[in-house]
Amino acid sequence: MSKLFSKENGAVFTGPLNINNPIAVQVLGICSALAVTSQLKPAIVMGLSVTVITAFSNVIISLIRKTIPNRIRIIVQLVVVAALVTIVSNILKAYVYDVSVQLSVYVGLIITNCILMGRLEAFALQNGPWESFLDGIANGLGYAIILVIVGFVRELLGSGSLFGFQLIPSSALMENGGLYLHNGMMTMPAMALIILACVIWAHRSYNKEK
Amino acid sequence: MAKFKCNICGKTFEADAKPEKCPICGAPADMIEEVVEETAEKVEAAAEATEAAPKKKGIDTNGNAYTIIYASVMVIIVAFLLAFVASALKPTQDANVVNDVKNQILTSLNIQSTDIEADFDRIVSDKLIQDGALVDYDGDFKTSYGEEIKAGNLHLFVATLEDGTTKYVVPMTGRGLWGGLWGYVALDEDMQTVYGTYFSHESETAGLGALIAERKFQESFIGKKVFADDPAKVALTVTKAGKAEGDNQVDGVTGATLTSNGVAAMVTEGLQKYIDSFRPAGSQAELSLEDIPAVEEYEKIETIEQEPKQEF
Repeated sequence: MSKLFSKENGAVFTGPLNINNPIAVQVLGICSALAVTSQLKPAIVMGLSVTVITAFSNVIISLIRKTIPNRIRIIVQLVVVAALVTIVSNILKAYVYDVSVQLSVYVGLIITNCILMGRLEAFALQNGPWESFLDGIANGLGYAIILVIVGFVRELLGSGSLFGFQLIPSSALMENGGLYLHNGMMTMPAMALIILACVIWAHRSYNKEK
Repeated sequence: MAKFKCNICGKTFEADAKPEKCPICGAPADMIEEVVEETAEKVEAAAEATEAAPKKKGIDTNGNAYTIIYASVMVIIVAFLLAFVASALKPTQDANVVNDVKNQILTSLNIQSTDIEADFDRIVSDKLIQDGALVDYDGDFKTSYGEEIKAGNLHLFVATLEDGTTKYVVPMTGRGLWGGLWGYVALDEDMQTVYGTYFSHESETAGLGALIAERKFQESFIGKKVFADDPAKVALTVTKAGKAEGDNQVDGVTGATLTSNGVAAMVTEGLQKYIDSFRPAGSQAELSLEDIPAVEEYEKIETIEQEPKQEF
């Protein structure tokens, strides 16, 4: 057990969550981060899907890394990722139908998420299955954290709710004679980019102090 | 003889064994390292060893044959896996889609249901229009009606609500700005007044055209009249935002004129198709009694109607 949770593996796990975050530092996987974060629930489902897919594709590639012919390794990686994405998309359709409708094409587009290919090529091909699994989970969670932060801000300010639960009473809305107006900008993808930039700004200045 | 290097003074020297202190500067033994010279022979031996490893197994992972076999086997395994997963989950997915469509129809009747399956079966029955009359439809529940309408199978959902009134739900499909639109319009028993609507879309702009899928827009149809003066021509339509007047017009979505136009076309044409082939028994009786009592007047309307047709 001590080997499984050694210091090196700890670093493998915590790196992507903070100082090597795939979105905030490496700026990968932005497209889906903008598209699915107008509400919190799809953001979380998307984050979890990417986490699961990154972790398992990392493990699979790591297990077969010594048998993969070098010339077709990218294709092998793509096939593994595509198969996993198709399975996850089928599972979402079967068990959380409304979320899969909201995520629409973005589940399929996980295949082209740079985080996945980046981790496979840079990490799983050189490391054992356990380290690769940790790396995949950590990178997926690092991605999910940012999605959840952006989704939280956008849903709260854009529609005054969290997880679809209305927090701001409808009597306070301007259209019902109140004083509050939802920020419609927040529901647009452009605003996600601005919030994301703010998150990156905060993250970098925090890490600079260290 | 082996070579040693002192880490303090940086000099190298030769000795039979590791000395206790550096012969040049006198540094202690733990500062002295043995220098392993990589002679050509040794390098060759190492290279042979690494090359020999895959050869022992009898596989060259970079060979053409290996690559082709590897790719084929991988593709076959993945294909079987995906086929298995897809067929295992298909029934659950189909049930979800059917459930979703049933929920859309219930939504158009302003019903918020928790047990969709049971509520739908209790309230709604799926009928087909044949020769101006309704017949029971007993095939599989359809989840998209565009093809059905094109094929001439006009489905009409007859709903009997809790309070005993009957409503007709008309399914319709159309085109928005970026992709398909579909919806369900529930009409009162006489097919004159809108009771409720449901609209959805494939890919309208989020925050603009996509607002047609919100209840606020859908509820603005409630109570609107299908016909204006002409009892055979659907007048219900969607105008530009803020321009709606009278009983037949509904405000469009601000900033989404093309999507609103798509909804207008879908509603007007979709309803017209149904009105042309089906009139509920009550409506004509009502019309002849109240609105158009005189036969002469009725004829007049018919002639007026015919005139523009001839012009075409």
